[in-house]
Amino acid sequence: MLQLERRPEASTTLRWLSPLLALALTVATGFLLFLGMGKDPIQALTFFFITPISDLTGLAELGLKTAPLLLCAAGLTVCFRARIWNIGAEGHFLIGAVAASAVAVSVGEAGGFLVLPAVLLAGIAGGMAWAAIAAFLKTHLNCNEILTTIMLNYIALNLLLYAVHGPLKDPCGFGFPQSVMFADAALLPALINGTRLHIGLAFGLLAAVAVWVLFARSFIGYQLNVVGEDHRAAAFAGFSARRLTWFALLVGGATAGLAGAAEVTGPIGQLVPQVSPGYGYTAIIVVFLGRMHALGIIAASALLALTFIGGEMLQIAMNMPKAVTAMFQGMLLFYLLTCDAFIHYRIRFRRPLPAGLSQPAAPAGQEL
Amino acid sequence: MAVSAQRLKLQGIVKDYPGCRANDGVDLTVGAGEIHALLGENGAGKSTLMKIIYGVVQPDAGRIVWNGHPVTVENPARARQLGIGMVFQHFSLFETLTVAENIALGLPADEVRDRGALEQRIREVSEHYGMALDPRRFVSTLSMGERQRVEIVRCLVQESTLLILDEPTSVLTPQEVATLFKTLRKLARDGCSILFISHKLEEVRSLCDQATVLRQGRVSGHCQPKDLSASDIARLMVGDDTPISTQVSAAQPGDTLLQVQELSWQTDDPFGTSLKNIGFSLRAGEIVGIAGVAGNGQEELLKVLSGEITLKGEAIRFTGEAIDRLPPGARRARGLAVVPEERLGRGAVPVMSLADNALLTAAGQGLVRRGVIRRQRVREFARDVIARFGVRCSGEQSSASSLSGGNLQKYILGREACQSPRLLVASHPTWGVDVGSAVSIHQALVKLRDEGAAILLISEDLDELYQLCHRMGAICNGRLSPLAPASELSINQLGQWMAGNFKAEEFADAAA
Repeated sequence: MLQLERRPEASTTLRWLSPLLALALTVATGFLLFLGMGKDPIQALTFFFITPISDLTGLAELGLKTAPLLLCAAGLTVCFRARIWNIGAEGHFLIGAVAASAVAVSVGEAGGFLVLPAVLLAGIAGGMAWAAIAAFLKTHLNCNEILTTIMLNYIALNLLLYAVHGPLKDPCGFGFPQSVMFADAALLPALINGTRLHIGLAFGLLAAVAVWVLFARSFIGYQLNVVGEDHRAAAFAGFSARRLTWFALLVGGATAGLAGAAEVTGPIGQLVPQVSPGYGYTAIIVVFLGRMHALGIIAASALLALTFIGGEMLQIAMNMPKAVTAMFQGMLLFYLLTCDAFIHYRIRFRRPLPAGLSQPAAPAGQEL
Repeated sequence: MAVSAQRLKLQGIVKDYPGCRANDGVDLTVGAGEIHALLGENGAGKSTLMKIIYGVVQPDAGRIVWNGHPVTVENPARARQLGIGMVFQHFSLFETLTVAENIALGLPADEVRDRGALEQRIREVSEHYGMALDPRRFVSTLSMGERQRVEIVRCLVQESTLLILDEPTSVLTPQEVATLFKTLRKLARDGCSILFISHKLEEVRSLCDQATVLRQGRVSGHCQPKDLSASDIARLMVGDDTPISTQVSAAQPGDTLLQVQELSWQTDDPFGTSLKNIGFSLRAGEIVGIAGVAGNGQEELLKVLSGEITLKGEAIRFTGEAIDRLPPGARRARGLAVVPEERLGRGAVPVMSLADNALLTAAGQGLVRRGVIRRQRVREFARDVIARFGVRCSGEQSSASSLSGGNLQKYILGREACQSPRLLVASHPTWGVDVGSAVSIHQALVKLRDEGAAILLISEDLDELYQLCHRMGAICNGRLSPLAPASELSINQLGQWMAGNFKAEEFADAAA
């Protein structure tokens, strides 16, 4: 008889093994899936996982996609540690992109070294403002942040569409819903010359380091942990849940807003409707896969970035649908949550009850 | 009668839980019409054994013999069918249903079709055993003692011949306890066996015919409790090397530290208790006790004092300053420390280490500088608490949840005591704690008092209150009785107060 039994102590080994296990299971399932589709699974997996990162250009593209994921994930880590389930990184990202674009477009061709910081700060402020709505709704009206942030994501998407169809639309753009190309002064410098990789990746790595310092050293990080683990202990200690909610959501908004700003000022160079392929949502998977730890989310961002590039590669090379990316991301999260169950539980094989106890249940007044 | 003389016989019961063996070869025999005590400290395996008898969990080894026949009790329904009834410590009643409806839920469908007959039966049974009950009243309107009667009557209506009672007196006033014992004696005379689980030794001595004592999952002795003294029985419970009581010297009260006047607070929780016009004072160097049956406003009073609930007025004055509006951190900074009743999940974060848990309330002791945690100091503080209060653990990095209740309680009390508070509010500090730890917790409280701190002790344990307190009173339904010197307060008077029988004008004396 198979039984799921609670472990006396949570397994630390499995806490870190679980993401690797989930990855292995995802690859194995992918293998079977490709086989079922009549494709060569080895070739497909190679195209998905290996080919994209086998040269410098590929690695630079990986870094390019890692940057926004890492920035969003760093902010979400702060929220999730405090069990504030902020699903709104996508919305913060989009508003950050719109706000940054608004500044970049209005500055126009004017140069100066202050343009880029102003554009990026606008993105950060935009993300924070969007997060502040959810924070206000949670702390003053007790609205569930999962619902409000998801709904705000859709509003943000429509604001973006309004911007590219209306006020930010390129007047000489033949009616295409996009802004003008930004001036050079509003563009992020490249990190490696000759590639598209820009310093947004450095922002991401800095954000990850900041998250590490926050939780390893600072008292406010400790308070966030306490609120997340045990809100009654936090109330007893006198940590203000309201203040910490504001802090976490604003940090989440700031990093995602910066990611949005870095996307329009980096590889794209203008505001377009498809500015995000779902970075804000994928970052949620990153945080869980990365165990809400700075090093973990760096590795997980790179892996999830690979699913974007690998998916594109399969579209081009093997004529597969775009859904491959979402499928692999979904499988990763699914297997991760499954494997995570074994952090707290283990499987036991149990024999039936010992002989002395195994008499069948007879009605009252039974015989020996 | 030869067969039924032994109603229940357990042989070699073993039950393993991950990480511990809760029952290790337990034998127990209960005769017909016998009141049998099952004694032991928290964690000795009493609850597990009860759950095995009642079919809630299955033993890993051993035999259960019922009226001479080996049986398997697969589930509580089977236990009820056999005639085993159980009254849990935390009642399993629906507050929004009537007494009769609650009882009907436990009966087969064909027995409850005729509601009138059922109500008649409830009336008969309850009156026969001196437990007046109106079957049509809603459970939410009943006192704790009355709710317990519903549970007992439910078992009797099901024609139980073995009644298991888990710590039945912990929710009762002394007067209600006396009534309950009368009922139980009458039940026993009518042939019903009673298994009485308790750690209150005087009660066991006055009520029970036989006792089985458990220690660390094994039977450590059988006795006839009437023939032994309470301290002899305590020895069986805790073993030879643990002190079982503490000597308390007289208090030397100083200036008034805390003055509470006309404190009222309206709860918005339908199951909470509002505080009504509470007034008392507390002086340096004294321990003041507040007795009361659980759920009469103790929790709310603690939160109002700790700052988890803040107020608008000026009802609470601490060293002359009104602190009603201050949050917990500001009150702590003024020297007001609190030990809440829940150790895990309020007093300490279960998954965090003891060192991290020190930061919960002691951050102001130089453990944090400009927002940065000083890890080395945190570790030193935690090690100091562990050493000074004899906390048994594998070090300051052990998680709070890995400690036994008593050891964690020592750590939490130590964490507060090491910050030299001027006022300590402690709620049920020895609830569910082993005797050895309880003694050291009492000693720590008295030591703190002798160093000049004022201590407010909220407890359900009357022995503890009488032993430690200089003055005491009782809380009932959110109202506080007057406080009287413990040496002049009879247990009868205290029981009256616990039941809410005190007049408002008596406050005049209390405030003086």
